[in-house]
Amino acid sequence: MTEFLQHLVNGLSVGTIYALVALGYTMVYGVLKLINFAHGDVYMVGAFAGYYLSDLVGVRPPWADPPPGAGETFIKATIVTMGAMVICGALGYVIERFAYRPLRHQARLTALITAIGVSFLLEFGFQLSPLMHTPIEFPPGPSPRVFPALLERTGYEWMGVSLSNYDVIGLLVALGLMLGLQFIVYRTRFGTAMRAVSFDSQVAGLMGIPVNRIISWTFVLGSALAAAAGIINAVSRPRIEPLFGLMAGLKAFVAAVLGGIGSVPGAMVGGLVLGLAEEYVAGYTDSSYRDAIAFSVLILVLLVRPAGLFGRLTVEKV
Amino acid sequence: MAALRQVLRSFLPFLVGLPVLTGFQWALQAAGSQAYTLLLVTVGVNVILAVSLNVVNGATGQFSLGHAGFMAVGAYTAAKITLALAGMKLSFLPEAVSDQLFFALALAAAMAAAGLAGVLVGLPSLRLQGDYLAIVTLGFGEIIRSVIENMPSLGQATGLSGLPLRTNLVWVGVSALATVVMARRLAVSTQGRALFAIREDEVAAEAMGVDTTGYKVRAFVISAAYAGLAGALISHAILLATPRMFTFVRSIEVVVMIVLGGLGSITGAVLSAVVLTLGLEALREFQAYRMVVYAALLIVLMLLRPQGIFGTHELWDLPLFRRRRAPAPPGAGGGAAGGPVLPGAAGAGGGS
Amino acid sequence: MRHLRAAVLMTMAVFAAACEKKATVAPTGAAAPAPAAAAAGDTILIGHVGSLTGAEASFGVSTENGIRLAIEDINAKGGIKGKKVAAKTYDDQGKPEEAAVAATRLITQDKVTVLLGEVASSRSLAMAPIADANQVPQISPTSTNPRVTKDGDKVRPFVFRVCFIDPFQGTVMAKFARENLKLKRVAILRDVGSDYSVGLADYFKKKFEELGGTIVNDQSFKAGDQDFKAQLTTIKGKKPEMIYVPGYYTDVALVARQARELGIKIPLGGGDGWDSAKLYEIAQGALDGSYFSNHYTDENPAPLIQGFVKRYREKFGATPDSMAALGYDAAHVAFDAMARATDLSGPAVRDAIAATKAFPGVGGTITIDADHNAVKSAVVLVIEKNKARFVASVDP
Repeated sequence: MTEFLQHLVNGLSVGTIYALVALGYTMVYGVLKLINFAHGDVYMVGAFAGYYLSDLVGVRPPWADPPPGAGETFIKATIVTMGAMVICGALGYVIERFAYRPLRHQARLTALITAIGVSFLLEFGFQLSPLMHTPIEFPPGPSPRVFPALLERTGYEWMGVSLSNYDVIGLLVALGLMLGLQFIVYRTRFGTAMRAVSFDSQVAGLMGIPVNRIISWTFVLGSALAAAAGIINAVSRPRIEPLFGLMAGLKAFVAAVLGGIGSVPGAMVGGLVLGLAEEYVAGYTDSSYRDAIAFSVLILVLLVRPAGLFGRLTVEKV
Repeated sequence: MAALRQVLRSFLPFLVGLPVLTGFQWALQAAGSQAYTLLLVTVGVNVILAVSLNVVNGATGQFSLGHAGFMAVGAYTAAKITLALAGMKLSFLPEAVSDQLFFALALAAAMAAAGLAGVLVGLPSLRLQGDYLAIVTLGFGEIIRSVIENMPSLGQATGLSGLPLRTNLVWVGVSALATVVMARRLAVSTQGRALFAIREDEVAAEAMGVDTTGYKVRAFVISAAYAGLAGALISHAILLATPRMFTFVRSIEVVVMIVLGGLGSITGAVLSAVVLTLGLEALREFQAYRMVVYAALLIVLMLLRPQGIFGTHELWDLPLFRRRRAPAPPGAGGGAAGGPVLPGAAGAGGGS
Repeated sequence: MRHLRAAVLMTMAVFAAACEKKATVAPTGAAAPAPAAAAAGDTILIGHVGSLTGAEASFGVSTENGIRLAIEDINAKGGIKGKKVAAKTYDDQGKPEEAAVAATRLITQDKVTVLLGEVASSRSLAMAPIADANQVPQISPTSTNPRVTKDGDKVRPFVFRVCFIDPFQGTVMAKFARENLKLKRVAILRDVGSDYSVGLADYFKKKFEELGGTIVNDQSFKAGDQDFKAQLTTIKGKKPEMIYVPGYYTDVALVARQARELGIKIPLGGGDGWDSAKLYEIAQGALDGSYFSNHYTDENPAPLIQGFVKRYREKFGATPDSMAALGYDAAHVAFDAMARATDLSGPAVRDAIAATKAFPGVGGTITIDADHNAVKSAVVLVIEKNKARFVASVDP
C-alpha cells in the first residue's frame, strides 16, 4: 500500500511537468493546428534561462554561508521564474514571427518540418561550446549543468510515503496556471478571439480579429508556460543539458493528445494520467519500456478515441 | 508481347548497365585505395532511404518519421541470418558465390521482415492523418529500438558485432537502382496515380472510389521494405548492428533529404541524398556546426522554397532537357507509359 | 524511351555526383602525400574520433580535452623522435556509421599514425575492422566491452584499450560488496541504452550470485531520464542492502538524490563512469556512504596525477572526469609506443603498443596483455562528505 501511494506521489510529480508543457502544446495546436516540435526545446531554454538568471541575481543555496533569508529566497525565485517566462515568451514570439508565420498558408507539413528545424537549431545551438563568457557562458555546451536550489527542499513523510514541498508547489503552480489559462480562454476578449481563430482563422480575420496578433500571443503564452515547467522541473531534478527537452516535449504532446488536443483541462488531466501510467507500469512491471509506454498510450488513444478524453470529434468537411 | 518488350526495354539498361558501371568502380577500388568505398556505400544507402521514404512522404503525402525503425528491423534480420550462416557454404558452389547467395537471402529476408513490420505499423496508424501519423510513426520507431535494447538475443545496447563484410558497391548500386526503378514504375502505374490522388485530396480520392487505406498501407509497406534493405546493407558495411544507428535523428535526416530535394520528386530525392551526404562529409572539418547548419538550412529552405528544390518535378522536366525532347512526336516513344510527365499536375487537376 | 533516358540520367546523376567528389578530392588525395612527406619532416598526426555533438557529447568532449592536454605535454617535451605531434578530430555525433566513415577518412586521407577513440564500445566496434584492415593501430580510451579488442576468439591485431573491461570492473565491485562489506541482498539499476552499464551490471550479477549473494531486483533506466523514482520505489520495497548503479555520473547523481528523497539510506555502488566533479555538484551529499570502482584517486599525491588535474583545470576550467583521464592516457600510451617503435609504420607502432609494460598513466600503471586489454589495478573509493576517499586497491 505504501508502495502504491508512493508511486501515486511520484507519478503526479512527473505528470505535473508533462501537464505544464502540454498546456502550451494544446494551445498552439488548438489555434494553428501545428505540432510545435520546438516546444520541448523552449522548455529546455526556460530551464537554462532560469539557470543564467539565478547566476545574475545571485541566488545562494540554502547551505551557503550565511544562509539566505526565507524572504530573500522567495523574492529571488520569483524574479528568476518570471524572468525565464519573459525570455521564453520572447523566444516563442520570435519563433512564430520568423519561422512559422511566413508558412501559414503553406501545407501543414511544411510548418512541421520547419518546427523540426527550429527544434534542432535550439538543441544543437545550445550544444556548441561557449562563444561568449561574460556575463554568462553562452551557449552552455554539451556537459550537464547544475540548476541552483531556488527553494530549500523540505521533505515530509507520512505512513512511509515521502513527499516534498517541490512536488506540492509544482502541482499547485500547475493547477493555478491551468485555472488562469482556462479563465483567459473562456472569460476574456483575448480568449474569445483565440477560440474564434481556432475555429476558422479566415472568418475570424473577416470579423476584424487581428489574427496575427492573437496567434503571436498564443505562442508567447504557451512558451512562458513551458519556461515555468522547465524551472519547476529543474528545481527538483537539478540537472540541465541541451537535449533534455526533446523527450519531455514528445511526451507532453502525447499528454495533450490524450487529454484531447485544444482542451486546457484535458492537457492537465492528460499530463497527470500519462505520468501515473508511466510510473505504475515502470514500477510494477519492466521498467525498461518506460519510453515505449508513452507512445503506446498515444497509439491506443488515437485508435480508440482519436479526440482524446476531453476533445470533441470534428468531421472533416469538404 | 509488345507490352512485355516495353517492360524489358525499360528494365534492361538498369540491370545490365549498372553492374557494369559498379563493377568498373569496384575494380577501381580494388586497384587503388578503398578510401571512398564506405563513403559511397553511405551515399547509396541514403539514396535508398530517401527514395523509399519519398514513396510515403512525397508520393502519398503522408508523413512518416519512423524510417529508422524499419532500417533496424532489416538490419537485425539480415545480421542474424548472416551470423547464423557465417560458417556454412553451399557444397556445389565456390565459397565466394555461396556467401553472396546467402547475403542475397539475408537481404530478401530483411526486406520481408521490414515489410511485415510496415504492415503492423501501417494498418493501425494510417487511419490517422498528417501530424498525428508523424508522431505515431516516430513512436513506433522508438518502440522498436526499445524492444531491441531489451532483447539479450539481439545484443541489447551493444548490438550484433562481428558481421562478415558482405556489402560492396555492386550490392549497394544495384539496390539503389532497384529502389529508383521501383519508385519510378510505381509513379507511372495505377497504384501511383492513386497515391497522387490521395496526396492531393484524400477525401476527393475516396469519393472517386480509391481505397485510400489500402493504397496507403501498400505504399507504406513498400517503403518499409526498402528501408529494411538499406539497414541490412549499412550494417554489413560497418559490420555492426546496434540500436544507436537507428535513432529518430536518423529518420529526420532522411526527411531532410527528401524535403530538400522536393517531396514527390524521385530525381530530387536522389540528388539531395547524394549532395547532402557528400556535402556533410566535406563539412566534417566544421564538425561542431554541422547540425546547426543542417537545422538552419532546413528552416531557410522551407521559408524560401517550401516545395523543395525540385518540387514534384523530375530532373527531365527541366527546360534544358525538355527542349531537346521537343522534336519527338508525343506518344511515339512514350508507349504505354506515355502519361503526363508531371505527376503533380495530374493529381492537382483532380484535387481542387 | 523515357525510361531509358530516365535510367541513363539517373545513373549519370549518381555517378556524376560521386565522381565529382572524387575529382575534387583527388587533388587533396594527391596532395596528401605532400603533408605526409612534411610529416616525415616535422609532425606526426594522430586521429581522434569522438562524439562531440549529440546525446553523449559531454563524454566525447572530455576525451578530446584529455587528448589535447597530452599533445601539449609531449610537444613541450620536444615531441617524439624530434617531431611535433598534432591531432585531427572528427565528430561522429554518437553514430556508429559516422564513426566508421570518420575513421576511414582519418586513415586514408589524413594518413594518421594512430587512431584514438571511441568512448562507447558500440562505436569502437564500428571502427575496429577499419583499423585492422588498414593496419593502423587504434587505442580506445574507454570502450569496456570485451568484443572491442576480441572478435570471437580472435584478438583484433590493431585494436587496444587503456581501460578496464566489463568483466573486471563488475567482478571487482561484486567481490567488494560480498566480501568486504558482507552484503547479501543487492538491487541493480542499469542504464539499458548503454553497453557499458549493461556489461557491468551483467558481470556484477553473475559474480555476486556466484559468491552466494542475492540480486533482489534488476531495474533499468535510460540515460537522460529525469525521474527514477518509479524504479527506486520498487527497489525500496525489496529491502536491499545496496543498489548497484553502473551508469554515468550525469544520471547517477540524480538517482542518488531521488533515492535519498524517497528515504532510501543504503549505499549505492558503481563504476568508473561515476568519476566526475559534476557528480558531487549535482548529488549534494546524497552519495555519502556509496562506493565505486575507479582507475585512480584524486588524493593520490603522485605528481603525475596532481599535475594532470591542475593543468586540466587551468586549461578547461573543469575537473577532469575519468573520460578525460583515459583520453589522456590513451594518447600517452600511443606517444610512448611511437617513441619506442623502430619506425612510424602501422605494424611497428602496433608491436610497440602491444609491448607496453608498466606504463605510468594517470589512470593507473598500464600493461597491455595478450588480449590487448590494459592490465591495471582498480581502486575502490567511498564517498564521504561529498568527496571520494580511497578504501581498497584490487589487483586483476
